[in-house]
Amino acid sequence: MTDIGFVRSDMVSARPAPHRTTGAVAWARKNLFSTPLDTGLTILGLLFLAWIVPPLFGFFIGNAVGPNGTVEQCRMENAGACWAYIAAEMEFFIYGFYDIPEHWRPNIVFALGALLFVPLLIPKAPFKRTNAVLFIVVYPIVSYFLLAGGVFGLKVIPTEKWGGLLVTLIISVIGITLSFPLGVILALGRQSQLPIIKTVCVGFIELIRAVPLITILFMASIMLPLFMPQGMTVDKFLRAIVGVTLFTSAYMAEVVRGGLQAIPRGQYEAASALGLGYWKRMWFIILPQALKHVIPGIVNNFISLFKDTSLVYIVGMKDLLEAVKTKNDTALEWQSGNTATTGYIFAAMVFWVFCFGMSRYSIYMERRLNTGYKR
Amino acid sequence: MTTRELGHDAAPRVSFFNDPKIRGYIYQFVVAAILVGFIAWIIGNTAANLAAQNKTTGFDFLWKTAGFDISFSLLPWTRASYYWEAFLVGILNTMLVAFIGIIFATILGFTIGIARLSSNFIVSSLATVYVEVIRNIPLLLQLFFWYFAVLKAMPAVRDSIMLPFDSFINQRGIMVPRPIPDEQFGFTWIGIALAIAAVIALRIWAKRRLEATGQRFPVFLTGLAILIIVPTVVFAVSGASVSFEIPVLERFNFKGGLQIPPEFAALLFGLTIYTAAFIAETVRGGIQAVNHGQTEAAQSLGLKENDRLRLVIIPQAMRVIIPPLTSQYLNLTKNSSLGAAIGYQELFNVFGGTSLNQTGRAIECIAMVMLVYLTFSLLTSMFMNWYNARVALVER
Repeated sequence: MTDIGFVRSDMVSARPAPHRTTGAVAWARKNLFSTPLDTGLTILGLLFLAWIVPPLFGFFIGNAVGPNGTVEQCRMENAGACWAYIAAEMEFFIYGFYDIPEHWRPNIVFALGALLFVPLLIPKAPFKRTNAVLFIVVYPIVSYFLLAGGVFGLKVIPTEKWGGLLVTLIISVIGITLSFPLGVILALGRQSQLPIIKTVCVGFIELIRAVPLITILFMASIMLPLFMPQGMTVDKFLRAIVGVTLFTSAYMAEVVRGGLQAIPRGQYEAASALGLGYWKRMWFIILPQALKHVIPGIVNNFISLFKDTSLVYIVGMKDLLEAVKTKNDTALEWQSGNTATTGYIFAAMVFWVFCFGMSRYSIYMERRLNTGYKR
Repeated sequence: MTTRELGHDAAPRVSFFNDPKIRGYIYQFVVAAILVGFIAWIIGNTAANLAAQNKTTGFDFLWKTAGFDISFSLLPWTRASYYWEAFLVGILNTMLVAFIGIIFATILGFTIGIARLSSNFIVSSLATVYVEVIRNIPLLLQLFFWYFAVLKAMPAVRDSIMLPFDSFINQRGIMVPRPIPDEQFGFTWIGIALAIAAVIALRIWAKRRLEATGQRFPVFLTGLAILIIVPTVVFAVSGASVSFEIPVLERFNFKGGLQIPPEFAALLFGLTIYTAAFIAETVRGGIQAVNHGQTEAAQSLGLKENDRLRLVIIPQAMRVIIPPLTSQYLNLTKNSSLGAAIGYQELFNVFGGTSLNQTGRAIECIAMVMLVYLTFSLLTSMFMNWYNARVALVER
């Protein structure tokens, strides 16, 4: 027998258990303290939070004057946000100069809108087609007559009196529903083989995209009256909507074009081989795929449009931001160190909720429609 | 039984109106006719309206004296200046705020975009909160906030807040010392120019050597050293000195120093902070767009972490980042027109606002303003096309 070199006679002591890979400590080790640099960043971040969070908390909640507070409290030293001011002027921020006894009319419009719009957002809700027709065709007509009045003995309320969140929402909803189809048509026109149609679409898109919205709205407010026949006036409200819609549709067209270019040629050819004409080809084969690709871009445009409605002060409309600014500048009975700041923060919060909601919904929709790539 | 001859000259058996070619002509004719008719209608209406209001048209007003004040101007401005000078002042003010804004927004945006990808939970969360808060609030609202709620809410001149380096901040803006170079300082400018030329030459030489011999040369560190040392030595040898004019509080206002008006500061803050959020998203998207396989391939070639980023990841990420980045720059430039809402005298405010109101030449003024923005936009898209052609993947 050959000699066996080495046989271990004593037991090897047990090794320590490995670091945990689950639980709070392991998480912190991985995400907060993995390297010395990481630890340094964590400490810096915590210091930053310690520096910024207490004053913010104090301003928004701790030292803030609640909705039932008085202006004297807001004027005190070290007072935080003056929520009492917001509570007192809320009606103006929502309806503008809309006649106070008639506020039930915008309220019905809001309620009806929510009732029709929310089921549209829920994929499982039934009667999608009826619902969409009601929302896009019937609802605007009903809302218009309800808000403007003049029928069924409703008092006429001119659009100059509309204001606040009401105007912001109306302009964005109309702008969104009009600019989307217009953008799709422009994008199709840009892809067209017919030279004149292509030139017109490219020219329109590039011209609009090259200039700031403020100049287009300014044009709508100063030059539109010059362009119209004498004696014909265009409602300010309509000017704002036309300006915002044309502006957004040019951007929408570029987004949709991106989607159209992402569709392989084979899809066009296959649709032609099935004997479909141009419009059927687009409607049933190309656009459903193309639009699915560019949902994030489309929603980003909707978000931009919603934010851009704040510029309609150029044509003299009092949207939410302008309503807040007006009160900040003129509500002398509420003047205090923090009134204006609170007003702007309130407007920012309203805008933020809508925009953030839209972006979250687009992420949800994108995941749902991501059928082609799921494995 | 007859057979039909097949060939390219066989006419398709479709009726006149179903021929796609003829349909195309008809569609185009209809569109062109509507468009021409519409434009003619507008021109006719405009001419009638102008005639009814007894207004004249033309660009002769450009050589009339403007007679209004521009408080912030890079060119010498008096009330006796002409309208065309106002136009130039407007363009320069727009370009100034856009240029500085682009620099700051790029720095902030890249920092935040990279921070969003950090593996550190706190850093990435802070960056996410920044992006999600800022980009969901209208820029105009942010400008109002910075202008009315922050800068205009600063204490009056008497109670100015002292900042380090003899700077002050109050209702009327931010006052910082103004550097005054003496006559000898001209040599330092020459030194800086020489240093830049030397660095470019060094880069070309290093690249040639790398291609010829495969040997590396630390261009970045050497270049940085040249850029710092050469101007400093020239500055010291030429005996130049820079004195600072410090802002001093006199009876009613500060005198001397560099006075940054609150309108400019608010617009710059707003544009920088807003655009940085969008740039951050662009940067994050660009870095994430580089396939992870690229990192692994670079590792397997034996590249070090530094070279991996510099030679493999960043060039590919930049290909994705640069086009949307340029359009963000263009957006920033266009958004600077919102300065009009807080009283910064940029192009739109000076020319689309004051000049237009005084002269009543609406069409001319708006057209000139639009033309300037159109030029910016065309230049940007020219750059973008050139860049895309340069970095396009050459596929075989």
